[in-house]
Amino acid sequence: MKADPIGVATGNHYIDGDHACGEGAIAAGCRFLAGYPITPSTEVAERIAERFPLVGGMFIQMEDEIASMATIIGAAWGGPKVMTVTSGPGFSLMMENIGLAVMMETPCVIVNVQRGGPSTGLPTLTAQADMMQARWGSHGDYEVIALSPNSPQECFDLTITAFNLSELWRVPVMFMMDECVGHMTEKVVIPEADKIEIVPRKMYKGKREDYLPFNFNGNGEIAPMIKAGEGYNIHLTGLTHDERGYPTLNSEAQDKNVRHLVDKILKNEEKIRLLEEDQIDGAEVIVISYGITSRVSLKAVQDARAAGIKVGTIRLIVVWPFPEKLIRKLASKVKAFVVPEINLGQISLEVERCAQGKTKTIHVPHAGGWVHDPNDILKAIKKGVK
Amino acid sequence: MSEITEPTTSTLKIPKPKEPLDHPMQDYLRTERLPHIWCSTCGIGTVLTAFIAGLQKSGLDRDKVSVVSGIGCSGRAAGYLRLDSFHSTHGRAIPFATGLALGNPELKVAVISGDGDIAAIGGNHFIHAARRNMNLTVICINNFNYAMTGGQAGPTTPQEANASTAPYGAYEFPFNLPYLAESCGAVYVARWTSLHIRRATKSIAEALVKPGFSFIEVIAPCPTLYARRNRLGTGLDLMRFYHDTAKIQHGANTKDIDIEYQKEIIVGKFVDKDKPDFFTNRDNFLQNKLGDKYIPYKGTK
Repeated sequence: MKADPIGVATGNHYIDGDHACGEGAIAAGCRFLAGYPITPSTEVAERIAERFPLVGGMFIQMEDEIASMATIIGAAWGGPKVMTVTSGPGFSLMMENIGLAVMMETPCVIVNVQRGGPSTGLPTLTAQADMMQARWGSHGDYEVIALSPNSPQECFDLTITAFNLSELWRVPVMFMMDECVGHMTEKVVIPEADKIEIVPRKMYKGKREDYLPFNFNGNGEIAPMIKAGEGYNIHLTGLTHDERGYPTLNSEAQDKNVRHLVDKILKNEEKIRLLEEDQIDGAEVIVISYGITSRVSLKAVQDARAAGIKVGTIRLIVVWPFPEKLIRKLASKVKAFVVPEINLGQISLEVERCAQGKTKTIHVPHAGGWVHDPNDILKAIKKGVK
Repeated sequence: MSEITEPTTSTLKIPKPKEPLDHPMQDYLRTERLPHIWCSTCGIGTVLTAFIAGLQKSGLDRDKVSVVSGIGCSGRAAGYLRLDSFHSTHGRAIPFATGLALGNPELKVAVISGDGDIAAIGGNHFIHAARRNMNLTVICINNFNYAMTGGQAGPTTPQEANASTAPYGAYEFPFNLPYLAESCGAVYVARWTSLHIRRATKSIAEALVKPGFSFIEVIAPCPTLYARRNRLGTGLDLMRFYHDTAKIQHGANTKDIDIEYQKEIIVGKFVDKDKPDFFTNRDNFLQNKLGDKYIPYKGTK
């Protein structure tokens, strides 16, 4: 369906990534945000706090990030599309309830404008070091979807994608911005509402007594939702449960429940996949990057190409689920993967794992606080072709 | 004031069972999930009974009532109620319920959980929900210990009482929950014991129809852990103790109703005042500031 025009600020804007993300959420139909202030993400909540009363949305500033996350899960079962916004320390606090959202298969978007860590780290400076936490920060086995925008325009566009994926797969979607993208101001074009494709929540329409909130039969179908207050008398729990949502505490039920949570994402990786490829065919080296680092890499790639090196690029837009099959296939065709990222080794390890020793993976680490020097990436590319 | 007329006889309208084994409240229970996990003579089941009776008495449409629990023995309450019911994470029943109440403003959302869940790990959410006058009814079943995990001391364990993590007796100063609730802004505050079913039922009914944040503490026996460890006998012995020592003092100053170990327990309705609830307050404020530009949140169709 198309976006509701009431939430769409059609036109050309000159705004930063945080504000663009807020507009993207409103355009996507999000009408509920619970959050807690934290640098460098606060502007998303500020944008929403100003705009929601004008578009019929509900913004509430909670007492902490634990409450924010629990509140959006509760709200989602009351009907609206929901979001929360945070950065590293708040993301850590949300982890337990992110697990609850996974277990209750609750669509929600969690924006993390990444800053340097661990702990309080670098509140105002960039990093990409929460990528592994985004995947598995809560306890237990599960899979989520994570996106990484590299411009304010993408903060708008991909926030809509994040909501759509969240509804399609009934899963929390991590919107992994970083401080650079969040605070970078660029032109953002917001299209007409009828040009914006929205995935509405799939609601159950059948007989009340036949409703099952979960579908574990492995046929790839995601059970439709209901909202509280319509007489379905549903029960949802964070405990291992059966398809009725009833706690069932044994290993058979655990196997069914957890495999479903993992399989619905991993088995559909190619459907969820979003990436940009450039000059992959015949490449000697492929630079794999995401977020702000993908833009810094461009300079290194241009210089390498000018020096006659055949360099391809892959920009991960959906980072989780990881495009394992694709990386595995390419591994036997190139001399090296070069993975620059603003952390000391997260996605590079995943690339290395998928490469299965068929090619070398050169990590270009950065501890955070600033972006890479493109020369460091160029050096890695040159090392790769040797 | 949210006053529900006191009937002359028991408020429990117990219909005649259809079959000899039918439960008189079975329409409100997920009978397929019974038997429940609670110990014999535990007080939680009694509170659940009072909740169902209170809900029936309140006149609310049950389809528009949701219950949220946290974790612990009392946290299992949501799982047995045939309502939209949610078993959330430890301490987070109140923020989950806040989301549910805000997400669908047609709902009446009640939280049923324990003292550890609401006053320890969830204490911050409790005080803020009260401060906001969030549209919630919170029922805290206080059995003075963490029973699910084996009888550890908690924020309501009276001084001197023994618990598995207070083997020489608890020495910290416990919370007086009604005082905490009132000082944070709750508009309805009551305390009962699980002996006071009729009065607790009436309070629950009143609280459910009261706009804003209402709070009811129900003191309940934990026969297996708290009572056994402190040699207080069975749940029935504790009911006898409540009978002999609980004193009804409606309107008592909540400052003065601390609970001391095996001493008099002051019960009653302490607070019933009017203050704009979260929705009314928000709508009035934003309407005033923004005029016609304001679009109130109405939930989804």
